[in-house]
Amino acid sequence: MNAISLQRIGALALRYLYLLRGSWIRVVELAYWPTVQMILWGFITQYLAKHSDVLNQASGLLLSGVLLWDILFRSQLGLSVVFFEELHARNLGQLLISPLQPIELILSLMLVSLARTLIGVGIAVLLAIPFYGFNLFKIGIPLVGFFLNLLLLGWSIGLMVAALVLRYGMGAESIAWAAIFAIAPLCGIYYPIDTLPNWLRPLSWILPASHVFEGMRNVLLQHTFQLDDLFLALMLNVIYIFLGISMFLAAVHKARECGSLLHLGE
Amino acid sequence: MIEGPVIQVECLCKYYGSVRAVNGISFTVARGSICALLGGNGAGKTTTIAMLLGLLLPTSGQIHILGEELQRHRQRVLPRLNFSSPYLDLPQRLTVAENLMVYSRLYGVSNHRERITVLGRDLDIDSFFKRPYGSLSAGQKTRVALAKALLNKPEILLLDEPTASLDPDTADRIRSILTNYRNQSGATLLMASHNMSEVERLCNQVIILRTGNIVATGTPGELIHRYGRNDMEEVFLDVARGIQPGSLE
Repeated sequence: MNAISLQRIGALALRYLYLLRGSWIRVVELAYWPTVQMILWGFITQYLAKHSDVLNQASGLLLSGVLLWDILFRSQLGLSVVFFEELHARNLGQLLISPLQPIELILSLMLVSLARTLIGVGIAVLLAIPFYGFNLFKIGIPLVGFFLNLLLLGWSIGLMVAALVLRYGMGAESIAWAAIFAIAPLCGIYYPIDTLPNWLRPLSWILPASHVFEGMRNVLLQHTFQLDDLFLALMLNVIYIFLGISMFLAAVHKARECGSLLHLGE
Repeated sequence: MIEGPVIQVECLCKYYGSVRAVNGISFTVARGSICALLGGNGAGKTTTIAMLLGLLLPTSGQIHILGEELQRHRQRVLPRLNFSSPYLDLPQRLTVAENLMVYSRLYGVSNHRERITVLGRDLDIDSFFKRPYGSLSAGQKTRVALAKALLNKPEILLLDEPTASLDPDTADRIRSILTNYRNQSGATLLMASHNMSEVERLCNQVIILRTGNIVATGTPGELIHRYGRNDMEEVFLDVARGIQPGSLE
């Protein structure tokens, strides 16, 4: 294993920064969907709060859910879509003949995904304060744990999607937009996990996001925070991130074997 | 300073299923030489170059570059070589200067701003430093790609069709830049080309491939003499058509 270079990771992050700097539309786009989602669910919350005891108790339940979900969604998309930029630009080959190591490519994608998530979701979180008087930061310290876990899961899925596209070509690109929604019904964004049928619950509990959303409900409804639940989510994330990185590195190796690095993006 | 060849290829094979893209080729390239890799479409030039860059894994065989086994020590080798090709692009939406800035940092170039300025002047690309790479003409893109390839002052420069799509004046300038670079730095150049007059002018070693095999090697002068022809264009046609040296005498 060769030493990881912060300079090379920074160089690639700089490439994405240039891209954002060159187009204000890209910056607006980052915040557009999280903000639209927040506005929509804010109105739904206001309407349902009049008819629901649960929402009356904690009016921020749905808004917290949608904003935390966006952290997961944006971090996954931030990683996959930025990686696809390299394929569209037919630049991946250039990168892989440079001293940049695949693991450094992964780390810079994570760094950029973090920045994109902070910008995109951050704007929606801040706008929710004047729009609905809802402040996500009131969750307090547990929010840091929730954010970290959702980010890690988003990166894991993003890496798996990138690996599939490397393996099967740009035809698999649409998976980037669809993959995360496959787990959405299972991770209890808007409802407790015990709403799910018994046979589906074990599947739900192996997703770190389920522990995060349950934890969020505990904080908002019971005003308690289960640290061991968050720790379990973190342990699960270690497995997922290991799987994501392994799949990505294996896909790069396979692409080197079959010569697809010369043709990807065409 | 490494003695002996800077590129050493032994029994290199690349098979895609039953297709033998490169079929057990061996060759060496001496330090400071300019070597041409010639052959028709599908001869195995691009596959060979891709394997030399580590972009493609060989089915079997050995590649030593600058005394290092490529498979094992890619990370030691890659900062010391570079590549320019029309089939690998640069980010379209980034400006020329931004692209060069990113790659100079990836290659760990010290005083990168100065290096980019010098290359901009030498390759006459400084006038469009602020334009997006995607908005450039094919010839301009080729020059920018070459600038990127020279950023780290590579000891080995691999080139694929370095003057394709350039007007004769610019192409001539590029050849001069390449020759000067080799003369000043002592670098080794390995280039795939279809321009036989370019090969005659620049190269002191030629390797001709046909269907994944090396069918002829030598200096341009030696090959012209061996095939009893007037220039490399005629030699290339003989090789492409499977005509053996001297068979027309």
